[in-house]
Amino acid sequence: MSTDRFQAPDYYQLDELYTDEQKLIRDTVREYAKANISPIIEDFAQKSEYPKQLIPGLAEIGAFGPYIPEQYGGAGLDQITYGLIMQELERVDSGIRSAASVQSSLVMYPIWKYGSEEQRMKYLPKLAKGEMIGCFGLTEPDHGSNPSGMITNFKDNGDHYLLNGAKMWITNSPIADVAVVWAKNEEGRIHGLLVEKGMEGFTAPETKGKWSLRASITGELVFDNVKVPKENLLPGRSGLGAPLSCLDSARYGIAWGAIGAAMDCYDSALRYSKERIQFDRPIASFQLVQKKLAEMITEITKAQLLTWRLGVLRDEGKATTAQISMAKRNNVEMALKIAREARQIHGGMGITGEYSIMRHMMNLESVVTYEGTHDIHLLITGMDITGIPSFRNDGK
Amino acid sequence: MKILVCISKAPDTTAKIAFTDNNTAFDTNGVQFIVNPYDEWYALVRGLELKEQNGGSVTVVNVGLAENEPIIRKALAIGADEAVRINVNPTDALQTAKEIVAFAKAEGFDMVLLGKETIDYNGSQLGGMIAELMDMPYVSLASKLEMEGTTATIHRDIQGGTEVVEVTAPFVISAAKGMAEARIPNMRGIMAARTKPLKVVEGSGANASTTIANYELPPAKGECHYIDADNAAELIELLHNEAKVI
Repeated sequence: MSTDRFQAPDYYQLDELYTDEQKLIRDTVREYAKANISPIIEDFAQKSEYPKQLIPGLAEIGAFGPYIPEQYGGAGLDQITYGLIMQELERVDSGIRSAASVQSSLVMYPIWKYGSEEQRMKYLPKLAKGEMIGCFGLTEPDHGSNPSGMITNFKDNGDHYLLNGAKMWITNSPIADVAVVWAKNEEGRIHGLLVEKGMEGFTAPETKGKWSLRASITGELVFDNVKVPKENLLPGRSGLGAPLSCLDSARYGIAWGAIGAAMDCYDSALRYSKERIQFDRPIASFQLVQKKLAEMITEITKAQLLTWRLGVLRDEGKATTAQISMAKRNNVEMALKIAREARQIHGGMGITGEYSIMRHMMNLESVVTYEGTHDIHLLITGMDITGIPSFRNDGK
Repeated sequence: MKILVCISKAPDTTAKIAFTDNNTAFDTNGVQFIVNPYDEWYALVRGLELKEQNGGSVTVVNVGLAENEPIIRKALAIGADEAVRINVNPTDALQTAKEIVAFAKAEGFDMVLLGKETIDYNGSQLGGMIAELMDMPYVSLASKLEMEGTTATIHRDIQGGTEVVEVTAPFVISAAKGMAEARIPNMRGIMAARTKPLKVVEGSGANASTTIANYELPPAKGECHYIDADNAAELIELLHNEAKVI
């Protein structure tokens, strides 16, 4: 890939809404990403390999659990800063952001919120330093949008729990040292269990042949009579609300991340259109190209404002699940459309690895589906405004 | 070893350059400011490396108003121990130098490091002025700086080779490319910067000696003419009669 010449668009001067420290952290992650991720990401995506060598550097810039309190190895930062970090990582690649999101929101967050003090001290500092990698097991082969139907279960066997079942589409699973696994007990109540690599009967095969998030590793979690120590159960919360609260945190990060991918596509398309000469003029001088670019910056600016406000609400503890759904859905679709339009502006060059466009576009096809599909998020908004859930057939 | 690093604020290299007030002032609207790269990448980082090797402390100083504090915090996040902001908006190099010296003279610094120039005004004046006002030796455009006790060995890139200079502390050095490798602050550094001291001192009342009459943008780039490789005669004719360079 050619040199990373990214310049962030800020059409409505949102920088004035951020604190100096938020901007310093954002710019630091941007600088880190330009120097360390951009030069290698295309190669790793082409090879379909996760660049594991980035893990210590990502930990150093605070990409793992930045809002986790300092006593557990985090940085104790606010939610807007977390969002800005996700934006800058996804600006380079959704796969890198996904790995950081999972570690932060789906592994560190539940251990922090629902774990015992011993569990927090055992796992969080190592996860923050990248010395441990975590993954999150909720989705099952037959239960995606409907996680409450899960069949993964555990039985009380006296001095341990016996875990059986399977999870799929799990980011980081083949390299994870610890998995936060959601499973039903004998009464059918969902609980979180911390399953460690090496436990007998636990395997995590890699999912091969992806056309998306190729620089991020994905796999399954298979539990065949795994004996899980009783102290590995997350004691703080049970029921579907527990994993869904983690998804709130992750979806919030995705809403920011998608802006990053969109900004990169727009910035590249704007530059390319001014440099690419056809009919003796830069293609940026043609009305149809200007229309595309003008619509892109309009949509990015709207998403930036929406997401900044969501960040403020989240910092005040007021953001609802439905508000997060709206931002995740809106921003990912916005980014996907911009990636497609940017691909057209780049012409044939847009399909090569010389530019990040096609990689973003393929990545976003996963992002628009995972962590609540595009349609399910719309139904969450629908349920929120009507009070009637449309995705359940019992009318409740 | 007590090290002072002078840092300046400069517009980001991608900033659009425009002027206001009848072309007498730089239009800062929408401009993102950064630590002047020569100050940050080379002077500050080499100062930190010397501190890490030999012990001591690194103080950064900036002459400017409160709006400069984000770039000062960045220097603290990269690793400086403390910062001083001299609360003056300077308009030329001599005024800046006098203010820095008014603060630094009694502090007993072993060395003063700064970038070879700022990337906006490219004046390259400050180092020499500080050295003169503090009665210290000055070595400009240093691409390498090694310390042995109180003796510094400095490499300067000169026409066709390298000049190696020795000087005894205290001294002033302006840093050029090659002196160190830029550091990106890490999260620990950013968090530590929250509580590091950033002292604000009032200026000594030094006045500027010059005033800006006006600024002008360079002429717009001309159109590019392509001449066929076989047509050297036309190229020479155009260079002679149109461009008037031969």
